[in-house]
Amino acid sequence: MTEHDGWFADLDPDDATGAAAAIGDGGADAVREWPSLAVEAGYADDETAYYDRLHEATTTAAREAVRERERADDQQLIHAVRAMDDCRRTANELAERVAEWGGTLDDDAGAGVPYARDLAERDPDDALGARLVLLARRVAELDDEAERLRGFVEEQTPTVAPNLAALAGPVLAARLIALAGGLGDLARQPSGTLQVLGAEDALFAHLDGRAPSPKHGVIYTHEYVRGTRPDERGSAARALAGKLTIAARVDHYSGDRRPELDAELDERIERIRTRNAPEEGSPEGDDR
Amino acid sequence: MTDLPDGVERRDVDGETRLATRGDPVYGEPTDGEWRAWNPDRSKLGAMLERGMDTGLSGGETVLYLGAAAGTTVSHVADFAGPTYAVEFAPRPMRDLLDAVESRPRLFPLLKDARKPETYAHVVEPVDVIVQDVATRGQARVARENARFLRPDGRLLAAIKARSEDVTADPETVFESVRSELSADFEILEIERLEPYHDDHLGVVARPRCSSS
Repeated sequence: MTEHDGWFADLDPDDATGAAAAIGDGGADAVREWPSLAVEAGYADDETAYYDRLHEATTTAAREAVRERERADDQQLIHAVRAMDDCRRTANELAERVAEWGGTLDDDAGAGVPYARDLAERDPDDALGARLVLLARRVAELDDEAERLRGFVEEQTPTVAPNLAALAGPVLAARLIALAGGLGDLARQPSGTLQVLGAEDALFAHLDGRAPSPKHGVIYTHEYVRGTRPDERGSAARALAGKLTIAARVDHYSGDRRPELDAELDERIERIRTRNAPEEGSPEGDDR
Repeated sequence: MTDLPDGVERRDVDGETRLATRGDPVYGEPTDGEWRAWNPDRSKLGAMLERGMDTGLSGGETVLYLGAAAGTTVSHVADFAGPTYAVEFAPRPMRDLLDAVESRPRLFPLLKDARKPETYAHVVEPVDVIVQDVATRGQARVARENARFLRPDGRLLAAIKARSEDVTADPETVFESVRSELSADFEILEIERLEPYHDDHLGVVARPRCSSS
């Protein structure tokens, strides 16, 4: 029986694991003179010994909590989707160099990753050509790695966030989680924030009064935004962001799959697309 | 110019006179023997000292540091202060902070949310100084919530970041509202902007109002 709720309450002085757990999970309403209380309670012989134990316990608790939070599946997914984007971006950048260099040696030089892939298959005829072909192979390998990472993301996202993955598609879902910093962070954001994730530059320009408010961030890549005619895209983006936010919350707080969310989203977008829809073949109805 | 706390000196490090404390280097700062330079461009408390604000620090105090991040500032604090409790909520910077903690036996890392003091009140004792540098909305509220840890004669040393409250508002407007909210629980002793070291930041020295606690 102890009459305080300090972290060392009921703790055996030799129980280092228990001490770290008490630091991490405990709590108290009132602040008290813990060092002298611990000495009184016999947890430590003196304050020096108390502080030594506190140092060990807080360090262990912090290290374990960091490890646990960084290893969480959503955090691993964030690294995977960022690595995928890095590989793709680097492959494209390097492919430009290959095309630039190839143009000086090869009369039929093409452009981009496809040309690099084509070059990578060739047998070089001299040392100079070998340099170019080896560089091109590096591009092909990076592009392959990006594909493999995409496969990993497509496989992992539905286990981390089943509803969000179903509604947004696994890659977009992973990007949203990455932009928010985690599934929990995404779940806590209002849908207006999700709607413009990835459009931070435009958002800050707007907040500074230099631009209109952005209608969408990365959710633009979703068929329901991109495939909706421009004058209804803002509404579509808002509706999609609303449903994705609900999906993220369900995924974070309960984790069970709710197929009715898919149907609700489909229906909502259908209504937006058909309201005020221009007549078939009417002159002002084109998408431009 | 007010006195620096014991354990903080102006020394010639790397050809320049800089603030310095004694301890293991943490963030690649220049050193001179066992002294390491305290860069005011990277540390708001460093900027407050550099600007000559009267922090009331004398060295050896018990400190609660809110928003310790990767440990740039809190490592200097632990070099000259007594027991130092370092609260940081994000795992990534905490990983770096843990390196600084290793060689500082009286620096205690806590992976906790500074907006929820009840989650670390079972560990943190009453302190002489609260240093606050949290880049979150509601900075005044964080200070007020944590006032429970401050001894009646203690000091709050806070760096208030205008952009964390409202990116669009004029910093002066933000500072005014933070100041008035702080005044409910604190008596403000000194208040100064931290330019040129930190843009749109306010350094605040305050003490608890006697009525509170």
